[in-house]
Amino acid sequence: MKDFHLPWLELAILFCLVGGAWVGRLRNPHVARRWALLFSGLALVATTGAWLDFDYLDAQQADDTFHLLSHLAGRELLVMDELSAPLLPLAALLFFLVPLATLQTKVRRFSFAWNLVSEALILALFSCQEQWGIIVFLAVGTIPPYLELRERGKPTHVYIIHMALFILLLVVGWTFAEIEGGSGRVHSLWVIIPLLGAILVRSGIAPFHCWMTDLFEHASFGTALLFVMPISGAYAAVRLVLPIAPDWVLSSIGLASLFTAVYASGMALVQTEARRFFCYLFLSHSALVLVGLEVGPVNPLALTGALCVWLSVGMALGGFGLTLRALEARRGRLSLTHFHGLYEHTPELAICFLLTGLASVGFPGTVGFVGTELLIDGAVEAYPYIGVAVVIAGALNGVALIKTYFILFTGTRYTSAVSLRIRTRERFAVLLLASLILIGGIYPQPGVHSRNEAAKALLKTREALAPSPTFPSPHHVEEHHTPEHGG
Amino acid sequence: MAWLGEAVIICPVALLCALGIPSLLSRRLAETTINRFLQSAMVIGLAASTLMLCMMLPMTNPHVAVELGNWVSIPGYEFHLKLIFDRLSVPFVMLSYILCGTIFAFASRYMHREPGYNRFFTLNAVFLLGMVTTSLAGTIETLFAGWELVGLSSALLVAFFHERPAPVRNGLRVWCVYRVSDAALLIAALTLHHFGHSDFEKVLGIESWPGGRATVSEYEALVVGLLLLLAAAGKSALIPFSGWLPRAMEGPTPSSAVFYGALSVHLGAFLLLRVSPMLEKSLTLRIIIVCLGLLTAIYAAIVGRAQTDIKSAICFASLTQVAIIVAEIGFGLRFLPLVHILGNGCLRTLQFVRAPTLLQDYRQLENAIGDRLPRLSGFWDSILPYGVRVWLYRFAIERGYLDVVIDNYIVDPFVAVFRWCDGMERRWTDYLSGGRSRESDQVTGSHGSLEEFL
Repeated sequence: MKDFHLPWLELAILFCLVGGAWVGRLRNPHVARRWALLFSGLALVATTGAWLDFDYLDAQQADDTFHLLSHLAGRELLVMDELSAPLLPLAALLFFLVPLATLQTKVRRFSFAWNLVSEALILALFSCQEQWGIIVFLAVGTIPPYLELRERGKPTHVYIIHMALFILLLVVGWTFAEIEGGSGRVHSLWVIIPLLGAILVRSGIAPFHCWMTDLFEHASFGTALLFVMPISGAYAAVRLVLPIAPDWVLSSIGLASLFTAVYASGMALVQTEARRFFCYLFLSHSALVLVGLEVGPVNPLALTGALCVWLSVGMALGGFGLTLRALEARRGRLSLTHFHGLYEHTPELAICFLLTGLASVGFPGTVGFVGTELLIDGAVEAYPYIGVAVVIAGALNGVALIKTYFILFTGTRYTSAVSLRIRTRERFAVLLLASLILIGGIYPQPGVHSRNEAAKALLKTREALAPSPTFPSPHHVEEHHTPEHGG
Repeated sequence: MAWLGEAVIICPVALLCALGIPSLLSRRLAETTINRFLQSAMVIGLAASTLMLCMMLPMTNPHVAVELGNWVSIPGYEFHLKLIFDRLSVPFVMLSYILCGTIFAFASRYMHREPGYNRFFTLNAVFLLGMVTTSLAGTIETLFAGWELVGLSSALLVAFFHERPAPVRNGLRVWCVYRVSDAALLIAALTLHHFGHSDFEKVLGIESWPGGRATVSEYEALVVGLLLLLAAAGKSALIPFSGWLPRAMEGPTPSSAVFYGALSVHLGAFLLLRVSPMLEKSLTLRIIIVCLGLLTAIYAAIVGRAQTDIKSAICFASLTQVAIIVAEIGFGLRFLPLVHILGNGCLRTLQFVRAPTLLQDYRQLENAIGDRLPRLSGFWDSILPYGVRVWLYRFAIERGYLDVVIDNYIVDPFVAVFRWCDGMERRWTDYLSGGRSRESDQVTGSHGSLEEFL
């Protein structure tokens, strides 16, 4: 393990925590937003610095220099590896863009302080490889949305029941795992079943997905978006389940995820309200990530594809959610039963809506294309029916996306007494995400290579269970794979 | 020759960037600027493809593969970009440039001062890029990328006049069919992967089209061929997907001309021609293709006679020819369908762009002959009983009830199942919450319903 040139990870988390404490004291929401933007911007700089530094070091793992936290905790708590390297700046970017694109109409409803605290927890989670640390960060991370629901006087039962079940299963599962000797070996059902359940609940795999739709119903759109968008459930699956789970468990998660991907895409088509539509669209995509993760041990290409899709979904659906949120800020909750005619008011948002949505379904030229191709390709190699189901889910998502685009942006032009045009901050967020989506789509090699390295590292964690499928050597590729996969 | 090949594909990419990036930056381009970009891209692209053709003419084996390098390369997977210039792709690319160029010139006046002028040409640039990519694709994935671009631009252009609900609904219908077609093509690509192939040169041989010999077995050819036929049926509006074609006429006439009269509607036939060496491996597949082609031709010929607007009549006339082209491919012909595509494409484009002045043309003709144009009674009128003719008329006016069948047996049950699931989820969250759990129920639309939309 190598040391960063600066304590990037500690700085990023510190900025968020200090920012959260400071912003929480401010009464004026406009001032609070400015400070929140400063602190989340600093966190974004620190995480991007960590990623670049990690790339420069060319290490498999890197931790902060000076080891301040390590001295306090007695072990390395915050570590960056191939998996987490791009996830950290991506999460920080989302947490930066959401307050940035918050319009004045919403500024009083969105808690900037809790947003920073949540960001700190997510960054800590993605920097942590210690199992109990992950469990603690995941558990604590469920608190800010609950507090917001309570503060707004919204029903919390569905959320509490599911999150309590998730935490309970996680703790029980890992306690038994510790009793049985920790990671690196196959465990009994006492370990596997609770952990499996925890992952299914947190990832919103059907039939445990209702908490997510409920959260989108009652929480502010920004909070719900930031809680689900980093796909923490997939991170828990990778760190806690993948290293110890026998193949049948991975197959079970994969099958359940596959069903969820298709089911959620069908549900997205019949929704009559924009938030629920977005939630099902996200559920379908996050389930696809899990499908790839679980097929990964059988075919590493699928794992690489899943990790690529993880990033592309974060970017694409993050931008998509921001666009919907911007529309909501103008028109209130958006019904999908009649045309809204918003194109002429906000053509930029319409373009962004299409671009981010199409990127999420893996449209050519966008960041999602190669990842989806890899995922489907790898899945088909392992189990052909999975590939077909993934294609069907993608097709349904594409139909749902364009249907919603038409409903929101076409129809008789909406007449408004005030200007609904895009604001400067929104334009910045839109252009930044559009640039990332297009650049990632046109020049995907660095991203795919990085995810491939991460996939290799993840498969090594399963070597103790069974000989993992090896990635073909370049020579092997030349002999056997180039003709088949030449695309 | 590589640079020429690259120029052919770079032109539409540059055009798309030139028109699309200012839109993203909210910079409105003047019509003259847009026209200059269009002219430059068309002239350079057509010149490059013509030069390519000239350089290939003396070749005994006119097959040029232009390698653009690896787009993605990791152990176990390579996505390399390759363009193929041969007897099939070069005429198709040239047809695309010529017809798009003509239509762009026509549309620059037709769409003058139309709100959405820039949007119209940006979407057309996406279409041109899709057409060129599909035509020159050296692998099925590259073909798929172009195929999707064509589909998206088609759906958005059908809904171009988006203040009215009808174009939007029809645009969505077109998109739904295209997604089915895309899914079939993608599954075909995956199946080819599963069987161990995907590069056209590996599957169809490196001989110049149509001389290749497929390396797949009869069973593989049948499975992949059926999926490709499904994809082609969606794109070329063959039965049972023919219902979207008249709906697509809601778009602006110039785009209807180039999309549904000339290029897009022939893309399915092009796909079948591209994989024609594979079709020869399976007699069953060829019989199915011939049957589908003939059935669609008969259907389109009947339905086309009862259409009440000129664009729909032309589109069904075009579909009749496309279906015959498909049948020709099934019969094992290669150059005849290609020439048929080129001829039909040019004729229909001309007919479409003349369509807005049809009444004027009729009036001129009637003025010239000094009488009304004669109404000719057809051959069938004299031999078919009245009842059969009425039934045929109903069949034709309802466009073969294809949309009704799809709605009743696919869309409605699908929506009903997921609505039921949605209801069950509501009951579950209501139970957990101990009351009404959905705020979104209070978000109501002012009019219309989802059923109406779908």
